[in-house]
Amino acid sequence: MREITLSQAVNEALAEEMRRDETVFIIGEDVAEAGTPFKILSGLVEEFGTDRVVDTPISEPGFMGLAVGAAMTGTRPVVDLMFGDFIYLIMDQLCNQAAKTHYMSGGKMSAPLVLRTNMGATRRSAAQHSQSLHALVAHIPGLKVAMPSSAYEAKGLMKTAIRDNNPVVIFEDKLMYNDKAPVPDEEFLIPFGEANVKRAGSDITLIGTSSMVQVCEAAAEILAKEGIEAEVIDPRTIVPLDEETLIASAKKTSRVIVVDEGHQSYGITGEIAGRINEKAFYHLDAPVLRMGAMDVPVPFSPALEDITVPTPEGVAENARKLMSGEMIHAA
Amino acid sequence: MVKTKTNTEDYLRMYRQMMRIRSFEDNANQLYLSAKMPGLTHMYSGEEAVAVGICEALKVTDKITSTHRGHGHCVAKGANFKEMFCELLGKEQGYCRGKGGSMHIADQSNGNLGANAIVGGSMGIATGSAFTAKLLGKDDVTVCFFGDGATAQGLMYEVMNMAALWNLPVIYACENNGYSEYTKTEEIAAGSITARAEAFGIEAHQIDGQDVLAVNELTQKLVARARKGEGPFFMELMTYRYHGHHVGDINREYYRSKEEEKEWKENRDPIIKFRSWLVEQGIASEDEIEAMNAEIKKDAEEAVAYAEAAPYPDQSEVDMHVFTDVKHALA
Repeated sequence: MREITLSQAVNEALAEEMRRDETVFIIGEDVAEAGTPFKILSGLVEEFGTDRVVDTPISEPGFMGLAVGAAMTGTRPVVDLMFGDFIYLIMDQLCNQAAKTHYMSGGKMSAPLVLRTNMGATRRSAAQHSQSLHALVAHIPGLKVAMPSSAYEAKGLMKTAIRDNNPVVIFEDKLMYNDKAPVPDEEFLIPFGEANVKRAGSDITLIGTSSMVQVCEAAAEILAKEGIEAEVIDPRTIVPLDEETLIASAKKTSRVIVVDEGHQSYGITGEIAGRINEKAFYHLDAPVLRMGAMDVPVPFSPALEDITVPTPEGVAENARKLMSGEMIHAA
Repeated sequence: MVKTKTNTEDYLRMYRQMMRIRSFEDNANQLYLSAKMPGLTHMYSGEEAVAVGICEALKVTDKITSTHRGHGHCVAKGANFKEMFCELLGKEQGYCRGKGGSMHIADQSNGNLGANAIVGGSMGIATGSAFTAKLLGKDDVTVCFFGDGATAQGLMYEVMNMAALWNLPVIYACENNGYSEYTKTEEIAAGSITARAEAFGIEAHQIDGQDVLAVNELTQKLVARARKGEGPFFMELMTYRYHGHHVGDINREYYRSKEEEKEWKENRDPIIKFRSWLVEQGIASEDEIEAMNAEIKKDAEEAVAYAEAAPYPDQSEVDMHVFTDVKHALA
């Protein structure tokens, strides 16, 4: 199978959906000729024109709000938010308007839009260009949240998102844009709410999101050499969440680590750990462990930044402790 | 009064719609005072000529966005009393199945994209609705209703900038009722409100919002031009709110005098003014107007009685309409 980068995968997904449905358009800062600072959208304005690949002023709440109204009246906007950190700027339009449109209207209106943005630290971009803020939006009823872990997921999830009649937020890890993965030539979609078991194992379950899937896979490699068989699961979407697959794995292995790049406190790791505790308690041999990003603003200095996010070695180390019966954080 | 070339039927419909709004609000106020209405609500009384003058210049396919003070817009755009009172009382047969209430009432069938409880929150939605019309080649015009208080929100300037850059068919209708909640507008708005729109190159008009014919005539002209791609436009409609910020704001002498309220109610009331004009012009007799008033009053009272007796939604509806494709989000 051919291999393409995550960036190309996103570009292909958008182009295919824009060819299929003329109500799909892209809106955001420097999306047209510039193709975004990451050059993800290069070539799209040439094919679809500036009516459908719309450069905006630097007005995130403005174009997000505009997209909500456009979605409510018969189009399918794909909003490009240059950095995930800017999500704070658009919270009213995303969470008070888009997320609640269907509910508040008693099911009569909807806002079928996609917000694509990014996440991920270790790019030396400091505290306002490095955050992973997916937990903020996953908290809001009415929003779906997808977290592609490779080019394959990036394409399949984007196509599904565009066809979804609800607001969907997609977080791409900006450090993965140049990572290649096998992606079929023929069309495919990845349904929401279906986790992918990336590696089967019987001793411990490692649940990872986005780039943390790769971290978990690398940890599993380390552990395999020591005779520990780790199962690695990628939920792919955190809303909806494929609880069934996660719970089944927890019951099978009896030990779970949840790894995510959002801040650890009040985050995705705690949410998934909580659900496993509620539904697999008697099958567990150890507490479900959370591994998120440190609860500090992302520091600039490489010496500091690198230690704020989970690493394969860190995951492997915690897995060994769980396997040996050592109770992490126990009094 | 400005004379427009229209026919008797149009004049009588304008009167009737203004009177329907007044009657709706009188009943809603009574529901609040008699503790029959959950929560509270914001009265439109005194501003009827704005909503009616504007909406009478629109087609059913044209869109509006509304505000927390939105009953007037909803009635003027064609809504029925029964579904409106049901919504105010949280009943299943309300426009939003009781899920929106007074502050989120929407009537998609008549192009009302909904009231909004965030001051200025719908400005993006209105602009996006106009964007849809342009992208899909429809000749719909969108009117964005908002108050003078909303002119302090940054979103307004972001979307007006985009609307002007892209010649979107949207009319920003600022209902200046003199008060931003409990504060005089002059204390919150520096300089001129219309000049702010003019700074974007948007043609702006200040107009007497108590004169329904003047409002209607100006709107007709602007709508026709907006349909031809000459938008956007801005209107500042000078009007007055008879009640407090909301129905519970009863003792308001600390921010405005009873003499001022009396002056507007007795000498500048849009319904009284239009009624005398209709009689003066021989369009309707006093008796005919009294008969119309009585019929509207009866309609409103019947709708209130209907809504009071109507059932609440079944509790199983609580997790419906969170997502378009999931019947019960928590099942």
